[in-house]
Amino acid sequence: MSVQVNAKQAEALGGDVEKQAVQGADIFIQSLQNEGVEMIFGYPGGAVLPIYDALYKNPIPHILARHEQGAIHAAEGYARVSGKAGVVIATSGPGATNLVTGIADAMMDSLPLVVFTGQVASAVIGTDAFQEADIVGITQPITKHNYQVKDVNDLPRIIHEAFHIASTGRPGPVLVDIPKNVSNEIFTKADVKQNEVNLPGYQPTTTPNFLQIQKVAQAIQKAEKPLVLAGAGILHAKASKEFTSFIEQTGLPVTNTLLGLGTIHGEHSQFLGMAGMHGTYAANMAICECDLLINIGARFDDRLTGNLEHFAPNAQIIHIDIDPAEIGKNVPTDIPIVADAKEAIQALLKLGVVTEGIGDWTAHLNGMKQEFPLHYKNEEEGILPQEAIEMIHKHTGGDAIVTTDVGQHQMWTAQYYKFNHPDHWVTSGGLGTMGFGFPAAIGAQLAKPNETVVAITGDGGFQMTLQELSLLQESQIPVKVVILNNQCLGMVRQWQETFYQERYSQSLMPSQPDFVKLAQAYDLEGYKVSSLDEADEVFKKALQSNKPVLIDCRVKQIENVYPMVAPGKGLHEMLGVK
Amino acid sequence: MMKRIITTTVINQSGVLNRVTGLLMKRQFNIESITVGHTEQPGISKMTFVVHVEDQRKLEQLLKQLQKQIDVLKVNDISDKAIVTRELALIKILSPPAVRSEITSIIEPFRATVIDMSKNVITVQVTGDPEKVEAFIDLVKPYGIKEMTRTGATSFVRENQKTPSQQLSIL
Ligand SMILES: Cc1ncc(C[n+]2csc(CCOP(=O)(O)OP(=O)(O)O)c2C)c(N)n1
Repeated sequence: MSVQVNAKQAEALGGDVEKQAVQGADIFIQSLQNEGVEMIFGYPGGAVLPIYDALYKNPIPHILARHEQGAIHAAEGYARVSGKAGVVIATSGPGATNLVTGIADAMMDSLPLVVFTGQVASAVIGTDAFQEADIVGITQPITKHNYQVKDVNDLPRIIHEAFHIASTGRPGPVLVDIPKNVSNEIFTKADVKQNEVNLPGYQPTTTPNFLQIQKVAQAIQKAEKPLVLAGAGILHAKASKEFTSFIEQTGLPVTNTLLGLGTIHGEHSQFLGMAGMHGTYAANMAICECDLLINIGARFDDRLTGNLEHFAPNAQIIHIDIDPAEIGKNVPTDIPIVADAKEAIQALLKLGVVTEGIGDWTAHLNGMKQEFPLHYKNEEEGILPQEAIEMIHKHTGGDAIVTTDVGQHQMWTAQYYKFNHPDHWVTSGGLGTMGFGFPAAIGAQLAKPNETVVAITGDGGFQMTLQELSLLQESQIPVKVVILNNQCLGMVRQWQETFYQERYSQSLMPSQPDFVKLAQAYDLEGYKVSSLDEADEVFKKALQSNKPVLIDCRVKQIENVYPMVAPGKGLHEMLGVK
Repeated sequence: MMKRIITTTVINQSGVLNRVTGLLMKRQFNIESITVGHTEQPGISKMTFVVHVEDQRKLEQLLKQLQKQIDVLKVNDISDKAIVTRELALIKILSPPAVRSEITSIIEPFRATVIDMSKNVITVQVTGDPEKVEAFIDLVKPYGIKEMTRTGATSFVRENQKTPSQQLSIL
């Protein structure tokens, strides 16, 4: 195939394509390069062969996961710590459907992803062709937006729009479905306009309304018992520095959502700890007692609010969010502000907002913090999961990037790992996806090669995506995998203990692989630790190593996450406070 | 439950109807009818829905969620404005010769038209606001409706609005 390419087109493509047919797949690679894509997480197959062929000729670093779910969770980890869109490629049909969990996860946690799926050729779409799945239909409710490319000449525009939509406003996943023939077709447009965006229906508001900001300032000044609830919106807006200044300038007490951890230093004196189902007593009681709740970048998720009838019953509610649809969705709002968190906080700082006479209130909160801290009972022998987290904290100094899976270990990590920095906490909050933590750590490590990355997982969840151990070995990605091994599906077991009279239906998992041998099978270092002394020694060594390490950390099986707000209860009705 | 009439202006991309109805389903909104058609602008369509919502807050959620769709340009709740609403129904009525003139006498005041006829069945087209269509159907029902199809409502805001109507804040 040799099609004349005009000079303008050749120039736009970098000049080296003269007299060569430019195919959709080449345009695809070129477009990713224009977006500054550093790496792709993917898995090949029939419908994306043209794309992988173009990638062979014109490489962008590609991470070959061992399952598409691993690829997309890695891309999520990458996106969370880097703030850039994670890029995923999978083939049509099963490749695409294997991404569904990750796409839904990214949607719930507002992570920017651009997901490319191959599709069967246009001519056979709709005929149940081999490896055909209607991935655009399937993912319509779980993407911020999605596209199927019908004409190769639309490809550069669609790719640029996809990155724009994914990473602006409230971030989220965007899927682009590319039929195989489109990748093969010859690009005929004279001009490759890479920065064209044609989205009249998409104009996120980022600048706060000044009158509303003034109202916030007045409300803060008037309040006797104000409280700030800080969510991940602050992290997405890269505003934790401004946020900390705002908190220190005003003296306001702060609590976090699960995903908001890291917006403020975990040991900051004004920080009350996480709120919600497994939040601290001080944080939850502060929500119950406050007269002004300033929510910045959180969505009042039900795991945070508990029973809405008892949520912040005495408070005037301020809600700052970039997504107008979040405001008023779960909790009626008195002062709504649609804005980027950073711009809103900067506007408040500029106004010189202050509090007046909240000394009694903050003293009361500090009293609760002292009197009802997170606590566990030391045992004579063996390791408590909480102790393991504290040990990891000790040996990383609170500086590590920590990812988790879903379950008890996730909540203990949220409670006991006090983060020094923003964007160091990677967990599946909204969807609660087991299997997320380990591959997410791989993506996080690739984004931040010089940081210590620890994946804390349960023995259950780790077994959902452990095939990605191949990646650690292959590219010597120095992720530290810590399995908090309680030989059961701990969180399920805890609920069965508490709400189902200890009927442990399908939650005990006594049979499991030898995780150390498993690591060795992948040619990785593996250790098993069963006592605090062993753990201290191994953690110390492993967390300073520049190699990947797996640690099978045996912890007490029957141990519960407390405090706990039972489902349907209000935040003031906590179990296991003292 | 409140009945609301909502219009949206959308970019006529493939799948946009699916997106909008999918959204309503995902968020558990109850659609009574939905109409879609081209507008005077090429590439732009208009949808009119009649929905039932529990309260003001749910309504606001619906409008905001619709507005969030990338292909949706404009969303309006026009229920409280001066509007014109029209619906068309095609109805096959059993009409043996004995009752035919009686039926015709009902058709006339409604300005409905007979558009097809066979030995025992006439097909009638009736246009008007949904209440009028409803009233007509009630009147002819006793004769026996063989088949019926309704388009659902489509609406416009009138050029002259008497009182400034309360606008829901889309923030
Ligand atoms: C994909 C998926 N399946 C099921 C669940 C339900 N679930 C929540 S926590 C949990 C137990 C997790 O066990 P493990 O990974 O061992 O962690 P632990 O709770 O013991 O720390 C289960 C099954 C889930 N969150 N995700």
